[in-house]
Amino acid sequence: MIPVAWYLIVGAVLFLIGVLGFFIKRNIISLLLSVEIMLNAVNLTFVAFSAQNGQISGQIFVFFVLVVAAAEAAVGLALVIAMFRNRESLDVDRSNLLKW
Amino acid sequence: MIQLLFFFFAAVAVGAAINVLAQKHVLYSALSLILMLTAMSVLFILLRADFLAMIQIIVYAGAIMVLFTFVIMLLNLPTEEEGSDPLRWLKFIGIPFVLFFLFLIVGTLWGVEPLRAPAELVGSPAAIGTSLFKDYLLPFEVTSLLILIALVGAVIFAKKDL
Amino acid sequence: MIAYFTSYDFGLVLLKIIVIFAGVMNVVGLLSWVERKVMARVQMRPGPTRVGPFGLLQPLADLLKFVFKEEVIPLQANTFLYIAAPLVSLIPAFLSFAVVPFGPSFQVTDLSVGLLFIFAVTSLGIYGIVLGGWASNSKYPLMGAMRSSAQMISYELSLTLSVVGVVMIANTLSLRELVVSQESTWFGFIPRWYVFLQPLAFLIYVVSGVAETNRLPFDLAESEQELVAGWHTEYSSMKFLMFMMAEYANMIAVSSLATILFLGGWNGPMFGPPLLQMVLPILWFVLKVGCFIFFYILLRSTIPRFRYDQLMRFGWKVLLPLALANILVTSFVLAII
Repeated sequence: MIPVAWYLIVGAVLFLIGVLGFFIKRNIISLLLSVEIMLNAVNLTFVAFSAQNGQISGQIFVFFVLVVAAAEAAVGLALVIAMFRNRESLDVDRSNLLKW
Repeated sequence: MIQLLFFFFAAVAVGAAINVLAQKHVLYSALSLILMLTAMSVLFILLRADFLAMIQIIVYAGAIMVLFTFVIMLLNLPTEEEGSDPLRWLKFIGIPFVLFFLFLIVGTLWGVEPLRAPAELVGSPAAIGTSLFKDYLLPFEVTSLLILIALVGAVIFAKKDL
Repeated sequence: MIAYFTSYDFGLVLLKIIVIFAGVMNVVGLLSWVERKVMARVQMRPGPTRVGPFGLLQPLADLLKFVFKEEVIPLQANTFLYIAAPLVSLIPAFLSFAVVPFGPSFQVTDLSVGLLFIFAVTSLGIYGIVLGGWASNSKYPLMGAMRSSAQMISYELSLTLSVVGVVMIANTLSLRELVVSQESTWFGFIPRWYVFLQPLAFLIYVVSGVAETNRLPFDLAESEQELVAGWHTEYSSMKFLMFMMAEYANMIAVSSLATILFLGGWNGPMFGPPLLQMVLPILWFVLKVGCFIFFYILLRSTIPRFRYDQLMRFGWKVLLPLALANILVTSFVLAII
């Protein structure tokens, strides 16, 4: 048997890799991919706890996280297309017109 | 046997996630993410959540990532943005930060014994369906509204002329 | 772990895997002969007749030609993705046969979510086309790949929704249970196949299945008259062979799923001595799948083709509402009865 703690550690490692992506990457699409990594890590944690406690609610929550991730990916990519059309560059640090 | 599967697919998931950050071209990052999603699906199966594992492949790896791949291919980006990086200091602070938190979390979770033995739960479609449509009916309906809003929003944002 | 690998069960599973894999590989080769012969006869010409009796060795000759042909990789192509794309197309096509029940005890594994597994694996096959078209770095493959993948994800929706009615009646997602629940007969001679209970779902499934495998009349993405050869324009010899094998394997997988869901799988009249009765279910299954494949090939013979916007409009505005209406009506009827 595999202790639940190992799944939680894997989830934590994946979440931290997603956060690291936010530090390192400049491309907007890479940032969206890092968000997906973080959401997946959270999904793994939910499912691990659902298996530990014997309740199905953890897996239902994963459903909702999945739905929200899909909606957010769709809207995020539409924004990326609009941004690329205006600016010809997907660098997040160059989109700083509102900076004082 | 299960331990071998767990270690192998956990290593694949973590390796693919690191590869998402290590690649210069965004398309390779997206493909690494697809590999990570399939490895996560196997981890779900090991946790006896088989319905969710299949849904993860159908929805995440089969639909959302196709959306990502389409957008990346249509935008036809150059390999990596050159030029000065105004926030370069974030890269140097990021890795020690992440390593510190990793050390903290692994130290907390290592050798933790749960209060009781894992209960027997099988994430069969029947169990998920009963719970989803009985206890969580309102969030279910609200998420359908959310998807509708996201759909309309995405179409409006991506149109060339309103 | 060593105890499992040397046990009898594992040996049996390994034997089944080898038999099914070898069988599907051989049938894929045979299918190319069947397609050329049937298409030729419909078009009033003989078809392959020179190589072997009735041209039966033609697939072997084609295989030898593919093996010895020169591999051309375009200079500007993205080499890693260019070489990986046929594999990404081929592996999901063969993976779906891991859960297909060919007979009462001739199934590699019976997942409790076997139907979803096949849909999951089919949706991963889209990447082979997308990557193959993009990695070729040329305009016809890119256009063909974009069109084809958009078509595949559109028709995947109506494909998945059309089988929900069957799943509601049978109350299970496992493929073996779906076949077993179609065993008996009404009035002694009408078999309990789901095609009689869900005719609309059957029609939607067959049409979506043809669109999913990029076959005529939905093959705008690889049409010879318009797009040179679509997403596999730049491919030659073994990689092209892998794309073709993937297409035929997908065809067989969709036909197998249609027989399991709607035509009763390996159920059929049983007669004869016990030895014959062991083989008879597999024969019935192969016969029914053969009917579907014959239908596929007949459909191709007169080369009808949808225009792309007609195709997308048909998928989204006709098939999807019909599939949803079918689910609605089925759930009402099931709730009342």
